[in-house]
Order: sequence, then structure tokens, then C-alpha cells
Amino acid sequence: MRNYLKYAVVLVLAVALLALGGMSCSSGGGGGATPTPSAAPYKIGAIFALTGFNSTLGDTEPLAAKMLVDQINANGGINGHHLELTIYDNESDTVKAATLADKLIQDGVLAIIGPTSTGDSNAAKVETAKAEVPLVSCASGSNIVEPAGNNTWTFNTPQLDFVAIERIYTYLQEGNITKVALLTDTAGFGKAGLAQLKREDLLTKYGITIVDAETYGTYDVDMQNQLNNIGKTDAQAVICWGTNPGPAIIARDMKTLKMNIPLICSHGIAFRDFIDIAGTAANGVVFPAGKLPVVDELPATDPQKDFLEKFRADFDSQYGSGRANTFAGHAYDAISMVVQALENMPEGLSTAEARAFIRDYIENDIKDFVGTGGVFNMSPQNHNGLPRTPKEAMILVKIDNMKWTWLQD
Amino acid sequence: MSSAQFVQYLISGITSGSVYALVGLGFTIIYAVTKIINFAQGEFVMLGGLLSFTLIHSAGLPAVPALILSIIIAAAIGAVMYLLAIRPAQKASVVSLIIITIGAAIFIRGIVGQELTKSFVRPPSFSGEESISFLGAHIDPQALWIIGTMVMVTIILHLFLTYTMVGKALKACAINPVASSLVGINPRTMALLAFVLASAVGGIGGVVLAPFTPMSYQSGVMLGLKGFVAAAIGGFRSPVAAVFGGLLLGIVESFAVAANWGPFTSAYKDAIALVVLLLILLVRSGKLAEEERAG
Repeated sequence: MRNYLKYAVVLVLAVALLALGGMSCSSGGGGGATPTPSAAPYKIGAIFALTGFNSTLGDTEPLAAKMLVDQINANGGINGHHLELTIYDNESDTVKAATLADKLIQDGVLAIIGPTSTGDSNAAKVETAKAEVPLVSCASGSNIVEPAGNNTWTFNTPQLDFVAIERIYTYLQEGNITKVALLTDTAGFGKAGLAQLKREDLLTKYGITIVDAETYGTYDVDMQNQLNNIGKTDAQAVICWGTNPGPAIIARDMKTLKMNIPLICSHGIAFRDFIDIAGTAANGVVFPAGKLPVVDELPATDPQKDFLEKFRADFDSQYGSGRANTFAGHAYDAISMVVQALENMPEGLSTAEARAFIRDYIENDIKDFVGTGGVFNMSPQNHNGLPRTPKEAMILVKIDNMKWTWLQD
Repeated sequence: MSSAQFVQYLISGITSGSVYALVGLGFTIIYAVTKIINFAQGEFVMLGGLLSFTLIHSAGLPAVPALILSIIIAAAIGAVMYLLAIRPAQKASVVSLIIITIGAAIFIRGIVGQELTKSFVRPPSFSGEESISFLGAHIDPQALWIIGTMVMVTIILHLFLTYTMVGKALKACAINPVASSLVGINPRTMALLAFVLASAVGGIGGVVLAPFTPMSYQSGVMLGLKGFVAAAIGGFRSPVAAVFGGLLLGIVESFAVAANWGPFTSAYKDAIALVVLLLILLVRSGKLAEEERAG
């Protein structure tokens, strides 16, 4: 009798744990205290890197999405339909991004926003494309959405990597810098960026020569070897392509090695942790970005200033001062587009029809759409929608005195 | 390779090697006294680093008390881990106990990630950020702290084990637990002491490493693995051999990546530790099996 009791206890515990695990897997469903909906909720899925090395980018993304969803639900939803947002953490893991996409698809979501990073997005899009579910990625790699003909179900909201690179090359050309060394992450965003940095047409257009191309692993903690190699060349600047913590370590290593050529990074370092980890070595680092980091310095005539200030005010009031950043902005833009599609969606569509409608709407009807990243104009050939002329698309930020400042050129 | 670069790579190897040495010391102490391989050893280094950052950054403690408190807390967690997870299972086989340490490692990692932070953190360097010139190479002063601390810990540990009563008792327990208990040394007390010592040493490693290299709640995994390799090189018996093993591993890593030898680009740096581990296991597998049968 005793033995059976033991097994029974273990079985009950196991079932209880599984039940708890199943319930805690999804978070943020529904959001806000709202009256009973009058119609079936619109389900939206989200995949973000809430943990792992990309969590510094991903941790504000769900907050931005929730902010809009809560606001809409508090006003009765869209045409009487509540928004049900399900957020999953892919732990900065590419494989998990795909598995979670599958899970969301099976949960019956009409669209998915995220993932946070390029590698994760390229993994998830395979699943969403197969299941014909629209994916609005918050990652920057151009290989996510180009060519648009091969990525009919995939969109993204950050400025594309080659646009950021052209912005950097423009800056270098105007500063008479012709020889650069590259130091790029071997995975995802860094790998996609390297392909764009090495493009012959861009190098010729801006008169840039790559004298050395080094790489580092996402989890590497010491890049002095690569920097020593770069130091042996006549490179006039180092361009680093990666997110976290690589670039911050590279900044520190360059300071340790007393290298005095400028370090230019991607828009993937637009978060406070870069400055916190790099310390004083962050000073002097230049990177392209959307206008949000320097919104205070924008002139009153800037068309985006009001929108960005409102976004920052809403976000910071809800989540704490200084928390709004470009990554939150990308997520906000993504969910805003899905919301606008839903607002125009007719009643009575099946799940498959609704997904197709949202995809068609975003592709064809997102025009002059004001977002945090800029003004979006999507089309069948362009699933990113942001301007591609470098100076129109992005500004330059310089870190000065451990703060983001606007580098006007 | 110029002589300045040689020095640069060598110092870089000795620096990371010193951390591996400290972790290897922890493995060796616990194994020698209890025959358990403590796979949570790397987490104690991580604890040292993350606790020191949290105490300085969030609790606002001044640097020195924060560091000392971090080491004490790490040692306390080691003690708790032994008392709650290892001692109650003392009748289990060594393999089961090793698995328990893996569980403890996952638990510690999860709690730290959940309660402290999931981001990478880096506490302030001990003596500023200006690098020092040495034989043409540029050295981060924190690297000197790491190397110096490792040397100090090794010396103090050696003195402790050789010249103090408690240290000798610990050594005796490692050599022959049955005979030691016959002469009045309590093996369970010695086991507790081994865990406390090992986690303190790990915590010290974390405290000096964190200002040098950003750490996250997952940093213990790789550090534990490399420290394990260091201890394996030392045969899990001698603390000095573990230190030697750690330094060797660090230097081999550094030069293999510098030489860009075959597949050893920086992305495969961690593989070097695993290759060394494989070689050691191949060489020593015969010896370890013998010791198992005898002891």
C-alpha cells in the first residue's frame, strides 16, 4: 500500500508541475482590466529574446507591444474584438524561435511580431511562410525580407543592414577615410552584415577598401587577437557588426590596446548596456540609428519629433524613465501595422483568410505610415518600407561623455 | 609574430588560465576529499561576479566590502548546497551525487537569472581603465589582479593544507577517509569544509574576473567546463597540478587562436578545451579506472 501511495504522490506532483509549466509558458495574454468582449478575440503572437545574450535588445520589445494592446483593449478593442497578445521567449536561441513560431501558429494567431534578431527571424520565417502566417520581424538583416518575392509572408520594421552600412560609408567618405577593417560576429546579424559590408557596388560607390576582415564568436570575451591583427594593417577605422556583448568588449579591448583609430558600430548597439559594459571606452564610438536616441536634439521642425517624444513619454511613464529605446520602437511599429490591418479587416473571415488579409494589407496599404523608425511605404517589392537613401533613413549617434549625442554631418 | 605580440598573447593566456586554475582548484579540492566532481563549480565563479556587480550597482556598497561579501555569500551557498543536496544523499553512488551537482548548477543559474539579472554585467575595474605597457604589450590592469589573485590563493591554500591542523586533516581525508575517521577526523565535516573552500575559491575567481570580462547568469557553464579540464590535467589530485593545468589550457587557447591554426578561429576557441579534455581522458582513462577499482 505504501508503495502505491508514493507513486501516486509522484504522479500528482508531475501532473501539477506540467500544468503549471503549461500555464506559465505564455504570458501577457489579453492584458489590462477590460469588460467581457463582445466578439471573438483577435490573437496576435510575439516571439522575443527575453533571456540570453540578446535580451538587452529584446526586453523592451514586449513592453512596447503590450502598451499598444492594453491601450486598444481599454477602449473596447478593434471593432469590438479584444486583442489577445501571446508573447514567447525564444531565449536568444535560433532553433527555439522556429519551434515557438510553430506553437503560435497552432494556437491560431493571425500574425506574429518579432523575433528580436536576424538569425532568429530567418529561422522563424521558414515556419510562418509554410503556414501562411504574416511575420513582422523586429530584426534588421536584409536577408530576412529580400528579395521580397521570396519572402511574401515576411516583413520587418528596423532599418535594413545595408542602409545602415551605406550611412556609415557616407560618413567615412566625407571624412576621407578609405581603408577600413571589419570585425563581425560570425552568426546571424553579424554574418548578414558582413555580406553587405563586402558588397563590391557599395565599396566602389563610396571609395572604401577593406584591408582586413576579422570575425569573433557571439560568446567570445576577448577580441584582442583580432584587434592585434587589425593593428598591423593601415586601417583607418574599425567597423564592428554585432549586438551584445561583443561590440562593448571590442570597445574596451581597443582602449586597452591603445588603438586610436575610430570604432564604428551598427545600430545594434543602441542600448544603454553598451555604454555600461564598455565604460569610458564607449566614448567616441559612432553608430547609425533612427532618431529616437537623440530626439531631444532634433529641431522643432523635424517631422518625427512629436511622434517620438509622445512614444517616449508614454513608454517611460508606464515602464520607467529612460527605458524607451529603438528596439522598443521596432516592436511598436510592428504591432501598429498589424493593428491597422485588423482595423480594416472585414468580419467573418476564417483564420486562414484573416492571415492572408493582414499580409495583403501590410504589403499594399501601409503607405506614409509614421512609425518610430521613420515613415514606412511597403510594396510587393519592398517588405521593409523605410527610406533607403542613407541620410534620409538614419542619423548618426556619437557617444560622448557616456551619453548618446547627435553627430550632424 | 613580433615579441610584443608574443607577450600580449602570453599574458592573455595566463590571465584566462588563472581563472581556469581557480575553478580547477575548486574541482580538485572537492574531488580529493569527497570523490565527487562538483559540476556546479563554474556557477560559483558566476556568483562571485554577479553578486559583486549587484552589491556595488544595486545595493550601492563600496567596492571592497561588496567583494568580500560576495565571496562570503558564494561560500555560504556552497555550504548550503552541500548540506541540503549532497549530505542527505550521502549513501547514493558517486554518479548520483555528480548528477545532483548538475541539478544544483541549473538551479543556481536559474535563480540568479530570475532574481538578479539576465543581462551581461561588468562591475568597475579595481584600479582604473588605463592599460599598462609591459615589454611592448598593453595589459589591462585587471588582468594583473586576476593573475596576482590566483598566485595568492594558490600559495595560501598550499600553506593552509600543509601547515594548519585543519588543512592537514583535510588532506588526510583526501588520502584515506577510512583511516582519517579512525583517528577522529569527521569526514562529513571535512566534506563541508571542502565545499566551502571550493566555492570561496570560485567566488574569488568570479570577483576578479567580472570587471575584466562581462558575465551573465550563464557564464558558469563554459568556465566550469574549462576548470574541469584544468583539474583533469592535474589528475584531480594536486591543487598545484590543477593550477598548472589551468595556465596550460589558457596559454594553448590564446596561441592557437592567435596562430589561426586550421579550425581554431576565435569562434572555435572553446573547442580547444574540449580537444584537450578528450586527449586527457584518452591518456588517463586507464589510470582513473585503476584508481576507481582500488579506492
